[in-house]
Amino acid sequence: MDSVLNQIGIENYIFLSVALFCIGVFGVLYRRNAIIVFMSIEIMLNAVNLLFVAFSTYHQDAQGQVFVFFSMAVAAAEVAVGLAILVAIFRNLGSIDVANLKNLKG
Amino acid sequence: MSTVLIIFCILAAVTLASAFMTIFTKNPIHSAIYLVICFFSIAGHYLLFNAQFLALVHIIVYSGAIMILMLFTLMLMNLNKEDEVHKPRITRLGAVVSFLLIISVLIAIFIQTKPIVGPYDTTGEDYQSIKVLGQVLLDQDNGFMVAFEFASILLLVAMIGAVLLSKKEKSSK
Repeated sequence: MDSVLNQIGIENYIFLSVALFCIGVFGVLYRRNAIIVFMSIEIMLNAVNLLFVAFSTYHQDAQGQVFVFFSMAVAAAEVAVGLAILVAIFRNLGSIDVANLKNLKG
Repeated sequence: MSTVLIIFCILAAVTLASAFMTIFTKNPIHSAIYLVICFFSIAGHYLLFNAQFLALVHIIVYSGAIMILMLFTLMLMNLNKEDEVHKPRITRLGAVVSFLLIISVLIAIFIQTKPIVGPYDTTGEDYQSIKVLGQVLLDQDNGFMVAFEFASILLLVAMIGAVLLSKKEKSSK
């Protein structure tokens, strides 16, 4: 089987991951809705995962994919706790606009 | 152009476009739908690498669990209306400028380092099927057993924390 990386090239994957990561950064900076900010963080995590898998194929080493597995577990935990915090914030403030989160007192 | 390269280009275009639409749509529900499309195209990238296990887990965890969680939260808060106030213009301008700066600098860096990334040669040995992946993950000597157990503890703690945080408080105020 002819390998995928010979036909595509690892640099194309690097560029794709960089673009995806930057879109995530842009989303965090641009939007005020906290859930969209969360989605942007997920996009950034996915960009890193994609690069992990690309280099795992490049080095023919499965350890990179094991790392992606752990990073998915951490992302799942992060989203669960983060959304619970957002629900609590929404219950206290009535909105999840990040501009409204200025004071620590609930 | 080979077929694989064409597939890659289509997948990459879908990934980037849906990621952009996630950020630019006004309605949060539409954002969530675009994010699901983005995750599916990333799973397509994994399949292109022949990483079947990761593609499966990615679809189950991201498109299944995480997106359902986000959609439920959106519907719980009744946010599916387009009344979001935009950030002040100067902040948005700053966001666009920093996005362009970061992406141009990073891509320029990686174009410059391209000669270091050498040619890729395959040995044809199986290294990423589910069987091999399981052996690497749970190997006796240099596996990831400790990290695996800690991941389970992390998920347990996250579950307890999420339940505690989102539980209705007693009216003590």
